[in-house]
Amino acid sequence: MELLSGAEMVIRALRDEGVQHIYGYPGGALLHVYDAIFQQDEVQHVLVRHEQAATHMADAYARATGKAGVALVTSGPGATNAVTGIATAYMDSIPMVVITGQVMSFLIGEDAFQETDMIGISRPVVKHSFSVQRPEDIPSIIKKAFHIAQTGRPGPVVVDIPKDMTTPTERYEYEYPKSVKMRSYNPVSRGHSGQIKKAVDLLLGAKRPVIYSGGGIIMGDAHVELAELARSLNVPVTNTLMGLGGFPGTDRQFVGMLGMHGSYEANMVMHHADVVLAIGARFDDRVTNGVDKFCPTAKIIHVDIDPASISKTITADIPIVGPARDIIKEMIQLVKGAQTGPDAEAAKQWWQQIDEWRARHGGRFDINDEGLMKPQQVIEMLSKVTNGDAYVCSDVGQHQMFAAQYYKFNQPKRWINSGGLGTMGFGLPAAMGVKMNFPDAHVACVTGEGSIQMNIQELSTCQQYDIPVKIICLNNQSLGMVRQWQDMNYESRHSQSYMKSLPDFVKLAESYGHVGMKVDKYADLEGAMTEAFAMTDRLVFMDIAVDPFEHVYPMQVPRGAMRDMWLSKTERT
Amino acid sequence: MRHILSVLLENEPGALSRVVGLFSQRNFNIETLTVAATDDGTLSRMTVTTLGSDKVVEQITKQLNKLIDVIKVVDLTEGEHIERELMLIKLKANSSAARDEIKRTADIFRGQVIDATPNTFTVQLAGSSDKLDAFINALSGASLLEVVRSGVSGIARGEKVLSL
Repeated sequence: MELLSGAEMVIRALRDEGVQHIYGYPGGALLHVYDAIFQQDEVQHVLVRHEQAATHMADAYARATGKAGVALVTSGPGATNAVTGIATAYMDSIPMVVITGQVMSFLIGEDAFQETDMIGISRPVVKHSFSVQRPEDIPSIIKKAFHIAQTGRPGPVVVDIPKDMTTPTERYEYEYPKSVKMRSYNPVSRGHSGQIKKAVDLLLGAKRPVIYSGGGIIMGDAHVELAELARSLNVPVTNTLMGLGGFPGTDRQFVGMLGMHGSYEANMVMHHADVVLAIGARFDDRVTNGVDKFCPTAKIIHVDIDPASISKTITADIPIVGPARDIIKEMIQLVKGAQTGPDAEAAKQWWQQIDEWRARHGGRFDINDEGLMKPQQVIEMLSKVTNGDAYVCSDVGQHQMFAAQYYKFNQPKRWINSGGLGTMGFGLPAAMGVKMNFPDAHVACVTGEGSIQMNIQELSTCQQYDIPVKIICLNNQSLGMVRQWQDMNYESRHSQSYMKSLPDFVKLAESYGHVGMKVDKYADLEGAMTEAFAMTDRLVFMDIAVDPFEHVYPMQVPRGAMRDMWLSKTERT
Repeated sequence: MRHILSVLLENEPGALSRVVGLFSQRNFNIETLTVAATDDGTLSRMTVTTLGSDKVVEQITKQLNKLIDVIKVVDLTEGEHIERELMLIKLKANSSAARDEIKRTADIFRGQVIDATPNTFTVQLAGSSDKLDAFINALSGASLLEVVRSGVSGIARGEKVLSL
């Protein structure tokens, strides 16, 4: 058997796990590991400019591929800088393995240089964490880390490695485990058949059913089955922010995103439904609005891999724990085999009602031909120029909601955004993580002048590794979502939401060796954007001036029912 | 309502902090918590008493089960069970009247005086939490110097066993 040092085992284990890229930043505690990286060429290391970006790159890789991404950061500040990225992945159930350096084991607890209790700091935002106590455990710990990160409800796993576990002169027999067995970790592998049967009976008897699906469809690779189930039942489908792309965005049965900034029709469908089939979604507060007024006439079927998600905020009438794909498959079989199909007359009336709701709002927004562009127009143009086929990696704020509303995602794993934590600064590193792994695909970072400045240093990483993403910066010169709330709830007192002294983004991009473009007229937008995407080997930063006064609508009235919405600055349901 | 949760978990460094952290992170209440290794040194057994509605306790149970180090969780209050708590209580006992009173009360509650000085008695008492409360109340005339309670340990009655 081969003898390897702890440092070599870390990298070899990653290789044996099939990892191609790791995203990281070196430091004292990791010098042995970085030396091992230098002496091989199978696992490529990507040097970021800030550890937060490393975690977001790993996270976005996971979102786009379904496989765990890997970040490598040093102890102390390296580890704490990674915490935001770990929390981002945790909130959205994204598989990720974060390897953190640690001071020598005999110094732990002595406030050593660059020491921080990473296991303690990260505890509330990880699925699990390991602290390496013996070098020979490294292969089995890394195997377990990937297993835990990628199975059940996925999530980030931290592996904290004291420097003396990686000493180059101490060598151990290396063998990467083929499988993992843990007596304390056995995720549910199939749904309860009796419950599934009950759910299908309820659905077949429904008059106003709806499917509300989330990120579990994407991570659970269940989009094909979801579409088949939705067609066989002829029911409307709404997606959560995390679930977009889980059902084709241009499909007639798709009623849009639901929730705070959901479509009028999606929220109306939810409010009036008599049966809600929730799959891989968790009834988040941004979805339910006031829980006491949520879906007053509906029976709730809740399918989720995580039992703790069920009946956490909204009590489920029929809970089903298990993997979405297998459960949906079983549902499809039962629907096919049923003696009577869905009530055709009720379906006709339900769809008639839905079409009326669609006609009332349908995502319209006012256009000002003379004045500034509307952000919605920019997203629609992005959708057009990229044929609705791009990876859209979003930052957080108004632009995120516009992208979610106006880019029609027909495929899963194309919409990459920080949904749960709402991490500004996510977009650019996320786009980089995707582009490095899908070099031939269109990858756009939809951002604002606020968010982009939270990780703008990564333009340098893009230069080093030739990562030609397209940055679509909706520049409204203000923190738009904060400003919107201030307009609506604080009599337009714009406390600290205005960004003075913005840089010249064109020159900034150019200084990093990229292409900068400034667009301030809608008439120029299509040409400029087409040109930007035609430059397949260059990063293009499009600084696009948009109307600073625009709000995101619909917007639910706080603590109201699903149907209580502002539809424009002056119109309420 | 008060619930007693029995938790079987890996006897690993950090496992306890994950459980305790979970309670504070998710705003769950802990009344008492006891933990020690079992006869199998790789396992720890923890008893947590908590106050909460059935819905909250269901969430606590599910969230505990989600922790990778946790192997099994049982709500003992769902069935017949026995609970015991140990108390050590130090009282001022500097007159023969006080000493007699403490001794008598301790006998009634089946406690034992386990340490004595010219001025103090230390009494050991085991029982349900209510019984310990009652003992403290019964001695309200005496001056309490110090109270140490172990928190509740619980076990199901009869043949039911919480094991691997």
